[in-house]
Amino acid sequence: MSYNVNNKGYYGEFGGAYIPEMLYPNVEELRQNYLKIMGEPSFQKEFNQLLKDYVGRPSPLYFAKRLSAKHKTKIYLKREDLNHTGAHKINNTIGQILMAQRLGKKRIIAETGAGQHGVATATVCALMGLECIVYMGEIDIARQAPNVARMKMLGATVVPALSGSRTLKDATNEAIRDWINNPVDTHYIIGSVVGPHPYPDMVARFQSVVSDEIQWQLYELEGTTKPNYVVACVGGGSNAAGAYYHYLEDTEVKLIAVEAAGLGVDSGESAATSVLGKEGIIHGSKTLLMQTKDGQIIEPYSISAGLDYPGVGPMHANLYKTGRAEFISITDDEAMKAGLELCKLEGIIPAIESSHALAIFEQKKFKPNDIVVLSLSGRGDKDLDTYINHFKL
Amino acid sequence: MNRINKKLQEDKKLLSIYFTAGYPNLNDTVTIIQDLEKSGVDMIEIGLPFSDPLADGPTIQASSTQALKNGMTTEVLFSQLKDIRKSVNIPLIIMGYFNPMLQYGVEAFCKKCAEIGIDGLIIPDLPVDVYNEQYKATFEKYELINMFLITPQTSVERINFIDSISNGFIYMVSSASVTGSNSGFGDEQTKYFKRIAEMNLKNPQIIGFGISNNETFTQATTHAKGAIIGSAFIKHLTNNGVNTITNFVSSILK
Ligand SMILES: Cc1ncc(COP(=O)(O)O)c(C=O)c1O
Repeated sequence: MSYNVNNKGYYGEFGGAYIPEMLYPNVEELRQNYLKIMGEPSFQKEFNQLLKDYVGRPSPLYFAKRLSAKHKTKIYLKREDLNHTGAHKINNTIGQILMAQRLGKKRIIAETGAGQHGVATATVCALMGLECIVYMGEIDIARQAPNVARMKMLGATVVPALSGSRTLKDATNEAIRDWINNPVDTHYIIGSVVGPHPYPDMVARFQSVVSDEIQWQLYELEGTTKPNYVVACVGGGSNAAGAYYHYLEDTEVKLIAVEAAGLGVDSGESAATSVLGKEGIIHGSKTLLMQTKDGQIIEPYSISAGLDYPGVGPMHANLYKTGRAEFISITDDEAMKAGLELCKLEGIIPAIESSHALAIFEQKKFKPNDIVVLSLSGRGDKDLDTYINHFKL
Repeated sequence: MNRINKKLQEDKKLLSIYFTAGYPNLNDTVTIIQDLEKSGVDMIEIGLPFSDPLADGPTIQASSTQALKNGMTTEVLFSQLKDIRKSVNIPLIIMGYFNPMLQYGVEAFCKKCAEIGIDGLIIPDLPVDVYNEQYKATFEKYELINMFLITPQTSVERINFIDSISNGFIYMVSSASVTGSNSGFGDEQTKYFKRIAEMNLKNPQIIGFGISNNETFTQATTHAKGAIIGSAFIKHLTNNGVNTITNFVSSILK
């Protein structure tokens, strides 16, 4: 059994492309070309060069000594927070902008929740001189003002999504509608391992640089390419997909996926998709999603705007279903506490998304000799207001 | 013979109307259907509202959101329609997104449709190949016709494939857009309408999206068997309520 995508675009029973006919030519064009384009030496060269010189890769694999001492195990942080623009999101947008150029696209659209993916998209559009339109829920625009300002400075047009619950899922709907309305010249840079095939696979491949680096970095530090555990938070699942990618088939390496429990899994204000979700279709993919008994999609809640997505990528739905990954839910309070702990112990202010991953050490005990690699997916600059309000700092 | 096929054989241009079930009020469904038939409409698409209608513009989105707020569910719709065949004879189609049907159970959904006397389904986000491999047999068992969409970007090979597996009409999306645009039809659309008409497909074509008045209805039906109006009718309901449906229909068919 493979945990990666099959040739029909499914991970086990999850995935596929449940899209209206209006999107078929766009998605089909991408499906037919993405592997070929990614395999071209000139693509690889440009991609790797930009990751190195522009993003600042490889990102360090840092042994967190004081955090490790506190939790009595060996914790390595994969420092995606040190990337240009402050999160792992840029690995994907660099890849997709090069893809868009090779497909001859002139106009780029994207959705964003917290604004990290929007900023990463606006950044690569500025880099390549392409028009950029970012859809963002009206509510998120209000609560993520600094990222809205950054996108504007980078030359992007930020369009408020006014429909539905006016957050990430609705921004995604609006981006898809834009793509229906602009079927020829536009590429949609989706921000996670979600959406119709081939997006989950393409985004996972662009993010796979993370576990590629972990392998050789860990070898230099510990003399082995294999950690005992790889831990990552899961919104749509892209930083986790990147951190897991080269370990998917190696079951000696245990995978831990951390979801946002919001105010608590049973509180009605949660984003813990694996626990609360049921198989269904969201944004063109068959996966686990939070929905009513009637099949209407439920708006999730998390203190972290990057984790409040009602679905999860099909790769992760399959990792859950097969038991390949262990899923843990972390509440707002637990995440915030773990975020502050990292500040105090290691001098690193993490994104609240990443703080969810950090909080598992209070729930799960590891052995002193276990090597735990944790994806520190982003930095906390964008979250200062939320931290300050939460702790009344 | 299925009512849709029978209707398609009539020697006239067909007007089909879409409305969102549960809008403007939860229990307007039956009245709207009856009045549309009395007003001379040939076919009705009953929209099963969905929280995230990807292919729809603001008008249908807003009506769906309101319908859900009003309490519309798959169960409620089926119970409203339970006696519909006692009063209505024209073809009835349920149009909706796939997830609510999947949650109801595709087989159970089809069975219920057959019991009620629904003639067909339009499911924009159920791809042709998935339908063909996984659900075709179930639809056929309950004698439901599944209608597929084509757009100006659909390739000739794909149109021919869709034609080969269809047995009702082909839903021709007028332009690259979500529902509810009403910029009228230009040369580009006319060329597309003609191009498809000249393919002499085995299934008649009915044009939808962007038809809002007598002018666009006439333009569309010059090249196709019929046309579908959705957003313009919803707007009419929003502005005038359910009492003047005849006025709306006669403004189209005048
Ligand atoms: C720093 C950070 N981590 C994680 C996520 C969640 O996304 P994903 O699950 O795709 O990695 C986001 C999304 O905005 C983010 O900004």
